[in-house]
Amino acid sequence: MRSNILFGRVALAVYLVIFFGYLLGPLLVMGLTAFNSAPFPSITPWQCYTYEWFGALFQDERILNGIKHSFIVGIGTVILSVSIGLAASLVLTQVWPRWRSTYYTIIIAPILIPGVVLGISTLVFWRRVSEVFGENAAFLNNGLFLTIIGQSTFIASYCMLVFVARLQRFDTGLTEAALDLGATHTQAFRKIMLPFMRPAIASAAVLAFLASFENYNTTTFTFGAYPTLTIELSQMVRYGINPSISALAVIIVALTVFAALAAEVYRRRSKIKSGDIKPGKGLPAWMFGNVATILLVALSFVVIAMVYSAQAYSPAQCKIDYKAERQIENQTRIEALQKARREARQNAAPLESITSEPPSQGAGAFGSVFAPTNLEDAAGTGSEESGTPEAPASPFGSVFAPNNLEDAVGAGKN
Amino acid sequence: MSSGVDVTLDNVWIKFGDFVAVREANVNIKGGDFFSFLGPSGCGKTTILRAVSGFLNPSEGRVLIGGKDMAGIGPNKRPTALIFQNLALFPLMKVWENITFSMEVKGASAVERRKRADELLDMIALQGQGDKLPSELSGGQKQRVAIARALCAEPDVLLLDEPLSALDLKLRQHMRTELREIQQRVGITFIYITHDQGEALTMSDSVAVMRNGIIDQIGDGHAVYDTPATPFVASFVGENNVFRGKISAINGNEAVIATNRSGELLSRITPAAVGKLKVGDDAMMFVRPEVLNVGEGTDKTTISAKVLNEEFEGNSYSVFLEGNGGKRIKMAMPNMGQNQHSTKGEVVSFSYDVNNAVVMPAGELASE
Ligand SMILES: Nc1ncnc2c1ncn2[C@@H]1O[C@H](COP(=O)(O)OP(=O)(O)OP(=O)(O)O)[C@@H](O)[C@H]1O
Ligand SMILES: [Mg+2]
Repeated sequence: MRSNILFGRVALAVYLVIFFGYLLGPLLVMGLTAFNSAPFPSITPWQCYTYEWFGALFQDERILNGIKHSFIVGIGTVILSVSIGLAASLVLTQVWPRWRSTYYTIIIAPILIPGVVLGISTLVFWRRVSEVFGENAAFLNNGLFLTIIGQSTFIASYCMLVFVARLQRFDTGLTEAALDLGATHTQAFRKIMLPFMRPAIASAAVLAFLASFENYNTTTFTFGAYPTLTIELSQMVRYGINPSISALAVIIVALTVFAALAAEVYRRRSKIKSGDIKPGKGLPAWMFGNVATILLVALSFVVIAMVYSAQAYSPAQCKIDYKAERQIENQTRIEALQKARREARQNAAPLESITSEPPSQGAGAFGSVFAPTNLEDAAGTGSEESGTPEAPASPFGSVFAPNNLEDAVGAGKN
Repeated sequence: MSSGVDVTLDNVWIKFGDFVAVREANVNIKGGDFFSFLGPSGCGKTTILRAVSGFLNPSEGRVLIGGKDMAGIGPNKRPTALIFQNLALFPLMKVWENITFSMEVKGASAVERRKRADELLDMIALQGQGDKLPSELSGGQKQRVAIARALCAEPDVLLLDEPLSALDLKLRQHMRTELREIQQRVGITFIYITHDQGEALTMSDSVAVMRNGIIDQIGDGHAVYDTPATPFVASFVGENNVFRGKISAINGNEAVIATNRSGELLSRITPAAVGKLKVGDDAMMFVRPEVLNVGEGTDKTTISAKVLNEEFEGNSYSVFLEGNGGKRIKMAMPNMGQNQHSTKGEVVSFSYDVNNAVVMPAGELASE
């Protein structure tokens, strides 16, 4: 009996660890890579603790522009989707009771249609429209415009669902009462309905912004000359990424946690105000019993401390040390491989004709291995280039190519 | 203050699809009257009020307020204020904002509104509670706020949809007198809906009794109580003993009805049925419990029955009797300090004054 309970608890604990590990592990790893000086996102081998990727991030025009575009698109989408969604939900709940289910299906369809299809159709449709209007409607072809329109097609449906849920609890009698007391329809809407919808509007706006910010598959067709952050990131991945992306992730996660905590603090405070929770003695009233506040303060301290230490701390020495270490390590490895090559040549004469083919490449690459800067570069791109057709045909030759060498080292360490 | 204006329903029909909620309503309400609609749940009372206040259009017929046809005039343009059955207080506004909403939409300043709100809060005995939210009030307090909110709009016609239903007996009686006083003071027309006949009788100048969308009778409390037009009114308003049978003789305003189980009984013909009854017609005779007296009368106004039991009701005793063939009869006796009126199983004779009984063509009774 007892052991059963114990077993249950252990199982639950294990499950929770696995579950949260699964949820948060990737974020944690990514967060750590932002502080590793290794030139592509990794935590092993750990090179040096550094803030340089944050610097790199703020230096990267493309990412900065991507963020800017994402914000513009996000705000535009919020405005458009929230208004469309609100209007749609009002129609759905208040007008046309007969056509309700048909209308609902039509409105909800964009959620079910793949984003890719929405993106293509937005592009095709508005291109046609702009052709009809000609030169003076150039904005119709503008990437920002198209992206906002394209994303709103389905984000508006999400917003509508949020509004409908709230509206179902709305007593239409309240609107009637307002009208009966002499309010115009506009006044009844503004003074009765809107205040009631306010919380839903706030959550729909947040939802719409997040959905817009992270959207890729619709945007990829519509962005034109205004790539958003997600587009930029995906393009960067194609050409090889560096940890400034991790740095961005750290910032985004920090902001999210910050916002969530702030919201929680606000909620608690208003609860204390309304008397649902009694403030205690000692601590300032707003802090009492408020894990969220304490966490929020702690987080703020960590961020401030980091920013401050970033001014003073420099990983330069560490990097030099690390490079020296790596050089020695590489040299020994190379020597070992050279030895192996020599032996191989002796043992397998027939191969000679093939291996002799790429000597120039091999030799050139060799020299560059010893140049410290090239070493780094090579390490960065190593994973990308392995197995590409340009690599020498001979297995030996490719082993000696510095890229693959780095690759092998990396793999060994991982 | 505005003075009351007439409200007229001219052959009004209201249909929801195939369902007829109100059938051929013809009502004339005099300006400044306290007019009640009385009827069981679902008979169409709220529907009529909604037609008067403009939330729905009659399928047929006209609604006139102050002699003016209201067709095409929206609820916010009519000189009416409706107190909703579910009150419909604005949950996000404070009590004082609720009360003065009608001023707010006209652009009155906050100071002005606050002042008016305080006056009205005084009137409904909720001084100093203006800053609460409706959710922080009791059911009865909410009802009073709803009344104040409607009065604040200074309507010519105030429509009240069972505004006292959530109150306990004492407060309800208090609010009845209060409402009646307010009505007399401001002099506006009140149209009041209730399914509580006591309420309708005490407060109203006129009562309309409704059944299934049909208005059976319109008249003052006395008329409705003493000379019901239909069996439904007779059985719905107050308590009544009903005797079924056939008319065996008619003599002017009086008729003899051969009842199924209690022999021949004499009764006045109710005014609405005078001239409509023939010998041999199926008829119903009604005698109220309180007009039955122990002791013999004439042979056509005397009934004898066995005492089943007796209930003490404070101001009166109810004696339940069983006549021939199991016919149940109820008799009410005023409480004059005696312990008991009758003994169980005893057979008593009792009688009534012919003027206190009414006979009319048989029809539908109010279901208990
Ligand atoms: N919008 C509507 N659609 C269809 N039927 C309706 C509608 N409103 C009311 N009815 C029907 O009309 C009839 C009268 O309704 P009404 O609300 O007027 O009753 P009421 O007399 O006010 O009853 P209560 O005393 O219970 O409030 C009911 O049978 C109701 O089902
Ligand atoms: Mg009703």
